[in-house]
Amino acid sequence: MNVETETLLYLDGVTVSFDGFRALNELSLVIETGEMRAIIGPNGAGKTTMMDVVTGRTRPDAGSVVFDGDIDLTRLDEATIAELGIGRKFQKPTVFERHSVWDNLELALAGRRRPLRALLRAEGPKERARIEELLGIIRLGDQRERLAGSLSHGQKQWLEIGMLLAQEPKLMLVDEPAAGMTDSETEATATLLKEIAKEKSVVVVEHDMAFVRALGVKVSVLHEGSVLSEGTIDHVSEDPKVIEVYLGR
Amino acid sequence: MITTFIRNGIDRSWVVVVAILLATAIVVPVLNLYTAASSPLHVPDYAVPLLGKYLSFALLALSVGLIWGFCGILSLGHGAFFALGGYAMGMYLMRQIGSRGVYGDPVLPDFMVFLNWPELPVAWYGFQYFPYAMLMVVLVPGALAFVFGWFAFRSRVTGVYLSIITQAMTFALMLGFFRNNLGFGGNNGLTDFKDILGFNIQAPETRAALFAASAVALALAYMMCKAIIASRFGKVLIAIRDAENRARFLGYRVEHYKLVVWTLSACMAGIAGALYVPQVGIINPGEFEPANSIELVVWVAVGGRSLLVGPIVGAIVVNFAKTWFTTGALAPYWLFALGGLFIAVTLFLPKGIVGTLAEGWSALSQRRASARAESGIAPTNRDGPPGGRLSPEAAE
Repeated sequence: MNVETETLLYLDGVTVSFDGFRALNELSLVIETGEMRAIIGPNGAGKTTMMDVVTGRTRPDAGSVVFDGDIDLTRLDEATIAELGIGRKFQKPTVFERHSVWDNLELALAGRRRPLRALLRAEGPKERARIEELLGIIRLGDQRERLAGSLSHGQKQWLEIGMLLAQEPKLMLVDEPAAGMTDSETEATATLLKEIAKEKSVVVVEHDMAFVRALGVKVSVLHEGSVLSEGTIDHVSEDPKVIEVYLGR
Repeated sequence: MITTFIRNGIDRSWVVVVAILLATAIVVPVLNLYTAASSPLHVPDYAVPLLGKYLSFALLALSVGLIWGFCGILSLGHGAFFALGGYAMGMYLMRQIGSRGVYGDPVLPDFMVFLNWPELPVAWYGFQYFPYAMLMVVLVPGALAFVFGWFAFRSRVTGVYLSIITQAMTFALMLGFFRNNLGFGGNNGLTDFKDILGFNIQAPETRAALFAASAVALALAYMMCKAIIASRFGKVLIAIRDAENRARFLGYRVEHYKLVVWTLSACMAGIAGALYVPQVGIINPGEFEPANSIELVVWVAVGGRSLLVGPIVGAIVVNFAKTWFTTGALAPYWLFALGGLFIAVTLFLPKGIVGTLAEGWSALSQRRASARAESGIAPTNRDGPPGGRLSPEAAE
């Protein structure tokens, strides 16, 4: 079997510098199709920059980012990459605050991104059914009419995850989904992500070790812009290099 | 497809605003033309073009309200599109003068004869035809906006930086139009108009018709904006206004959406300019002045930009105040009053007159509904829990 068909995302020797500071230093990372991966690391390790590179917000100085076999992401802009099937959740929950929960999901639904079609087309029964389904998954069914801005912090995080799902991506990049959540919300979020990972590749960046443990997936530890250690959570937390830079402090 | 597009735009406030505008389009001309001058209901001749001017300003303000209120693009140069539309109309009106000019040249407008130009510049070709001139009213501002927006939005120029380059744009155009050899009348601009479509431009009937045309144009533009905002396209605009990056990472090409609404807005401003010029009888480079564009933003802020009626109300209220101030003993103090009004609105009515009224109204009706529900007079509030409803801004 060809290895390439197994690999969904392949970062090879990616380097990004800001004013001499190397945010990413020859970072190499492989995400398999259907895999869920947790990425941890201290502040400034390059986690968010890595997401910026993959989603087209930042152009790397060197290295390549290959998606879905043969697509070079370093030449494409955010909208194109999103249409190729990469969804991104921001660290701070970012939803359309002046729109209802329903409209947020409707705007995120796959397809129909061009201005003229948006002007002339209304949602059909298929779209409505899909939105209903998503509302069920993210447990906001009874909040559909509410303005997204009036949701609680945890609900906004879920709504944003729901919007990512609505995009029907092949790969979801999720930045600190559990930040600022209560323990029960954190647990529910871990369950939700595990559910999602059955069908999609998911990359989760997280600080919360308990949350990463609850996910129970392969972990990559980033430090100073490159991968320091990789393996199960137990493996990496016993790695002396990791203990020194991250867990030991 | 088109029907859903139209149906989406319909709600109660839509009908009320359009009805008021259309009624105005009929009532003012009728009261001017068919009542005796002694009647208390009589609208004097001078008032018709004055009110028509307010309506063309309202259309201009609406064009700014659409992009500022719903897509977060603050233009400080929209006066440029207004003036370009005005010049296109002015050129048509100049060519209607024909041999009735001071120098009696059948083709060349007076200022060209005065400058000893042998023939009509190419830019003036075709402007004797009304349909061509009307096409240019929309096309010239639209094309400038498209080119400007193409570069600005593609380079992701936003916020104050965008506002500043729109100022620079209108300033540059002003300097250009002040020059005689650009071929648009230099600092005197275009004036001394005689006819429009064969009717005497000074006649009360013509002025009444121009007034009605302004009111109808405003009503149509309002309906169009309303339908746009209610469509999915409008939802994307609001999404871009509130979280541009989220929209981008969802796969929306933000610069295309901005470009479409920006160009459309410039076309609306051009039409407003074309309605303005025959009613005031002159267009000159002063219309490009950056201060005009800034004053225009003040109208929108005063009226409120969270609803589409806000800019319309703001333009009419501020310009009415301006007329009242500048025709009396208070004239020297008008700019102080305008500045004071802007500061007062920013501090005390950040949502503007209309936004504040709409908010108060929805709070009041909600309180009434819950009071009724508590006293058991009415069945419980069927609309769901208070706060669960969309606020007026979101419903727009």
